[in-house]
Amino acid sequence: MEFNHILVRYGELALKGKNKKQFVDRLHENVRRKLVHFPNTKIVRNHDRMYIELNGEDPDAVLDKCKEVFGIQSFSLAMKVDSEEQAIKDAAVKVIASEPSVKTFKVTTKRVKKNFPIGSQDFNRELGGYILRNVEGLNVDVHNPDMDLHIEIRGEGTYITSKKIKGAGGLPVGTTGKSLLLLSGGIDSPVAGHLAMKRGVEVEAIHFHSPPYTSDRAKEKVLNLAKQLTKYGAKVKVHIVPFTKLQQTMYREIPDGYGMTAMRRMMLRISERVAEKEGILSLTTGESLGQVASQTMESMSAINEVTNYPIIRPLIAMDKLEIIDISKEIGTYETSIEPFEDCCTVFVPNQPKTKPDREKIKQYEASVDYSAEIEETIAGITTVTFKEEDLYQSEFDDLL
Amino acid sequence: MIYFDNSATTRPFPEVLKSFHQVSERYYGNPSSIHGFGTESERLLQQSKKQAAQLLQVKSDEVVFTSGGTEGNNMAIKGVALQHQNRGKHIITTQIEHPSVIEACKALEDLGFEVTYLPVNEDGIVSVQDVQESIREDTILISVMHVNNELGSIQPIQEIGEVARKYPKLYFHVDHVQGLGKVPLNIDECGIDLCTLSSHKIHGLKGTGILFIKEKTPIFPLFHGGTQESQYRAGTENLAGIVAMVKALRLTFQNQDKAISHLERLNKRLRKGLEQLNQVHLNSPVHGAPHILNFSVPGYKPEVMIHALGEKGIYVSTKSACSSKHSDVSSILQACGHPLKRSSSALRISLSAENTENEVDIFIEEFERVLSELSKVMG
Repeated sequence: MEFNHILVRYGELALKGKNKKQFVDRLHENVRRKLVHFPNTKIVRNHDRMYIELNGEDPDAVLDKCKEVFGIQSFSLAMKVDSEEQAIKDAAVKVIASEPSVKTFKVTTKRVKKNFPIGSQDFNRELGGYILRNVEGLNVDVHNPDMDLHIEIRGEGTYITSKKIKGAGGLPVGTTGKSLLLLSGGIDSPVAGHLAMKRGVEVEAIHFHSPPYTSDRAKEKVLNLAKQLTKYGAKVKVHIVPFTKLQQTMYREIPDGYGMTAMRRMMLRISERVAEKEGILSLTTGESLGQVASQTMESMSAINEVTNYPIIRPLIAMDKLEIIDISKEIGTYETSIEPFEDCCTVFVPNQPKTKPDREKIKQYEASVDYSAEIEETIAGITTVTFKEEDLYQSEFDDLL
Repeated sequence: MIYFDNSATTRPFPEVLKSFHQVSERYYGNPSSIHGFGTESERLLQQSKKQAAQLLQVKSDEVVFTSGGTEGNNMAIKGVALQHQNRGKHIITTQIEHPSVIEACKALEDLGFEVTYLPVNEDGIVSVQDVQESIREDTILISVMHVNNELGSIQPIQEIGEVARKYPKLYFHVDHVQGLGKVPLNIDECGIDLCTLSSHKIHGLKGTGILFIKEKTPIFPLFHGGTQESQYRAGTENLAGIVAMVKALRLTFQNQDKAISHLERLNKRLRKGLEQLNQVHLNSPVHGAPHILNFSVPGYKPEVMIHALGEKGIYVSTKSACSSKHSDVSSILQACGHPLKRSSSALRISLSAENTENEVDIFIEEFERVLSELSKVMG
């Protein structure tokens, strides 16, 4: 069955009132970028939906790509024909016959073009009868049909669709601003980035690297995770912070139980500086309440003290298993579980305080002047940008 | 030189050799080393695996790199047998398998396994019904090759797969070494659990191969040691060979359609030429693989014909290179029911897409001359 269109429904965007155009523009742009490798496709949009004209491109391949675009509620493969009775009937028969597993169906006609000569109800009956006469082994079932055949009669033509395919939902990436994601090599932070993106957030990442305590493989792993995220956001910038010197100083100067708190505070200070420089207004972390020592209410309070930037914590109320499920779904799990040390596991105190005291940590930090080291660390940041193509290309392409 | 022994081995593609050289030079780090240099090698290894999986339309962790066809077949057969002997000790295979399958099965017989070697018809094809009927309660493995290396006969893999699917407790292994690139096979759709591939039959290098092991198919490893290849095969990976193989695989698949129709043209031309010589009996079935043509010249010793052709720079073979140094009698032709005179005088031409129609014409001409010279002494 040759479907020639994909119908795209916006979902939540419908609620955006006067700002809707801006959201739809962005979604259009994101879909267009996603389909660069399908040069024949053409995107046509109106105020409540979008149509992708396939012009011979493989519908399933295009659909698979579009499933990664946030802001789309659902899709349907559609066949567009002229708004003429016989043309619609022929196409409807083709659509239904292309699914041999369908035993029962119903027809739902929507007449946007009101001058179509037959009323919606009448056309439902008329077309239903025509299908029964022309396709063997079918029955009508209006309550629980295998296929609900939608006929939408419009001025420019009639779209015939059968089933709804779920989209990624959420808001188009780029419509709600930018956030700096603290990306470790673990399971949580890439999922947090993904969920932020789902709310329309464009994500940049920051990673703290402590050579020689943490290896190139650990860094590699983080870069791979960032690359995975480009699937949903087209482009992801990663700032790599040389963290070794600061960590060594903190390890020396801060009492063991507070080392972890001090390190997290330092990460936030540096992240805030990077965000400031990049014109980013928030930070995103993979924190989940109660998961580890740094994620108790007391810890978060003590850590959060150093910044007044909003911190987005999409995972805060999630179970580990839920997080793992999402990471498998978005393709980061396999990379996340590669066993390499990161800077949070190397300098881990024997007995991290689960209830650190705000005043105490302030006092411990005051005993050293970190400012020069902080400046030096920030000056040493390197930045890599990944585009979605990088995900599918490799440096080894010439060898393979 | 006219090289017509491509089922024994093929000439490596120049691009493949280039990759091998570059990888040996630049990425000699051990993929299992945790330093940065090892990391690079490991990444390249993973990328190779991913590409191989994509080309074969299977999952990355279902691709296990081996040293070639013989190892793949041994790993699959002994691996399943040893791992699952509690379920049963019966194996089904055919009489015309490659020695690496037959001998592995015979070795298992020494260990107390029971093997059914199914017969084939005159065209060298096993009957699906025979397969179905020989399945028993204690059958753990069916091993059937896709394309026969001597005859080019194509086995009904899809149908056997459908039969095997009905018995979730038994595994289905396919030796796809001769079919790869010449007779398409969809591993997933055919219900195959294990599938052997070899690099040097598709213009890659010797010493590399792939064993596809479907997920959730535990096998007993032949080599124990490190954790390479998901512990299915310990030992430092032959990275340069692997990369070269995956490249050969890509090039092969890229040009597959064109290559097949070219081979079919050559095959037809060869058949036509050979049919004109009245001493010649064609053994390969008409609907066989396009790259193999087997024929007999009763009364003539194959070895003598090979040497006579060799003197003219034309290289053909008798049967499988793995068994050709033994007697002249082909057990495969015997299994097809051919009399001794015919099964002891067989020659095999095996083509690659690099061969030309001109070479076919020269071969026919020279072969006729060889026959008439030899007929004075032998015929």
